[in-house]
Amino acid sequence: MNAYDLPSKDGHFGPYGGIFVAETLVSALDDLRKQYEFYRDDPDFKNEFAYELKHYVGRPSPIYHAKRWSEHLGGAQILLKREDLNHTGAHKVNNTIGQALLARRMGKKRVIAETGAGQHGVASATVAARYGMECVVYMGSEDVKRQATNVYRMKLLGATVVPVESGSRTLKDALNEAMRDWVTNVENTFYIIGTVAGPHPYPMMVRDFQSIIGIEAKQQMMEDFNRQPDALIACVGGGSNAIGLFYPYIDNTDVRLIGVEAAGKGIDTNQHAATLTMGKPGVLHGNRTYLIQDAHGQIIETHSISAGLDYPGVGPEHAWLKDCGRAEYVAITDDEALEAFHMLCRFEGIMPALESSHALAYAAKYAPTLPKDKLLLVNLSGRGDKDMATVAQLSGLSL
Amino acid sequence: MPGFFDFIKDFFGEQSATHKTKRLANVFAALSKQNRKALIPFITAGDPSPGITVQLMHQLVKSGSDIIELGIPFSDPMADGPTIQRSSERALKHNVSLENVLDMVAEFRSVDANTPIVLMGYANPVEAMGYEIFAEKANQSGVDGVLIVDYPPEESHQWVQCLDQHQIDAIFLLSPTTPQTRVEQVAKLAKGYVYYVSLKGVTGASHLDLQDVSAMLNRLREHVSIPIGVGFGIRDEATAKAVAGLADAVVVGSRIIEEIEKSSESELLSNVGNLVSTLRSAIDDKTQ
Repeated sequence: MNAYDLPSKDGHFGPYGGIFVAETLVSALDDLRKQYEFYRDDPDFKNEFAYELKHYVGRPSPIYHAKRWSEHLGGAQILLKREDLNHTGAHKVNNTIGQALLARRMGKKRVIAETGAGQHGVASATVAARYGMECVVYMGSEDVKRQATNVYRMKLLGATVVPVESGSRTLKDALNEAMRDWVTNVENTFYIIGTVAGPHPYPMMVRDFQSIIGIEAKQQMMEDFNRQPDALIACVGGGSNAIGLFYPYIDNTDVRLIGVEAAGKGIDTNQHAATLTMGKPGVLHGNRTYLIQDAHGQIIETHSISAGLDYPGVGPEHAWLKDCGRAEYVAITDDEALEAFHMLCRFEGIMPALESSHALAYAAKYAPTLPKDKLLLVNLSGRGDKDMATVAQLSGLSL
Repeated sequence: MPGFFDFIKDFFGEQSATHKTKRLANVFAALSKQNRKALIPFITAGDPSPGITVQLMHQLVKSGSDIIELGIPFSDPMADGPTIQRSSERALKHNVSLENVLDMVAEFRSVDANTPIVLMGYANPVEAMGYEIFAEKANQSGVDGVLIVDYPPEESHQWVQCLDQHQIDAIFLLSPTTPQTRVEQVAKLAKGYVYYVSLKGVTGASHLDLQDVSAMLNRLREHVSIPIGVGFGIRDEATAKAVAGLADAVVVGSRIIEEIEKSSESELLSNVGNLVSTLRSAIDDKTQ
């Protein structure tokens, strides 16, 4: 079998990916691709990226064996890749550092970003502050309400947060608005996309920056357990934390790759965000991929308890990994995710992000069906402090 | 020998289809003879309600439009500004689908056999219908050209082939950021006319630099032999007149949508008609 080498030169993962954008952006994307292809092999760039990940983000993030929770579940051992311990509290910063370093080399003094839960917005605002760049973050006004703390964090970091009032007022609309800004200001502005979606080279570039998660995991598993895990489990909205963990394992075919989508109130309702489970291929936000859409190709509003998973598309590489059978995708409801959130708090003293709680919830379902010597590595992609108000509200409390 | 006859028809294209393909070319040829420029208004199908679209199209023609760009409503119109997004949202409140849009064109075509119709929109509704079905239905409805904003030439190989087979012109965009090598590439694929986006940004923006447009059009004409329409940022008689002095066609979108937005139902046709007449006079004034 040939080693996995996607995307193709023109940015395709099988039938997915590509560059589906208006003419105004084509040359900007072409320039970005060329610059990225140069700098990704540039020793200076690589060294600076590695240095920042170590000294600014605090990498490597450890793998933690959740023994008490595993024992309670009574099956496979659950291991957690602790991306929640990164500076800013999630995996998002791995990518924003990479893109900010690239933006600096390209001479762009202004960065823009879209954000759902606010994690990518915070990570973008953080690196903009770190490197002295102007930062504008687009965020659906619905999400601004849901994630007030993160909005304030971004402002403290010096970013301008623009609430987006169009469409469903969530992540997809923030993305539309950021694209519009980029089209208008393409000469001085770098668009930091937060997930493995969008036009080529973004899905490839974001994956490469996030793949530090899987690269570390592979090494740590050998050091700590002398073997690789039986399965990797990660939540999938756009899918950047999942690809970051999966990518270095794609050729290790005896490791199962399991992506967990948001089933919201149930995939049989119309209130979910389980794109790969329930969607159909189409074109949105610059790439061909699975989308949650109606019979006429209009994008449908999604629902998830977790703002970071509340997106009607998914990275094109996930679409391909699903179709070719290398990865499996399952869906977890709001209630299941919430239960896992509480379990991890109580059994391990770790408060997970609601996004990551979806991956944990699937691990909690799956582990009891396996013998105790099996190892499940779950990507704990972010910490849950930002979600306290949401969780309190669901428990009938207000903070 | 019906089999052989069908083969000949398929091979050379049906007579009616051949005529249809020429609608765009005919309009530009006739205008060029008169030393006049084309006026191309844009409206979104189904805005503000599906019942009025065909009447509005006829009104546009009566008021001096040469070609109509008819927008396919989409939930996420990324390349458009707030005005055109709102028009899409109004149409989608009435669940206007791509199928409905094609029906509107067919209804228009049953009365007006000559005015070219160009559909403009985003990829996903076309993806959902399928290239082949879309192209066939569009041809039957009397569509002359299609511009899908997020199908750049790189991703359009099959798409253009499919439109070609059904005698529909693939219209492409060119922008101030398009490098010369891409202009050549687009020029090879484009049919009907090319649409030059006169400024960076989304539709409805308002800072048109005529000197830039003029310089760029000269650059484009080195490679582009078909007519060039200019759009984005044309908001009044003065800009329409100025652009008519440079380009082969003047495309006006957001300004017309604004007129639709602020008109009551009873005065909508006359208000839009008046606006288009004014633009027509401004354009002709420049070139006569």
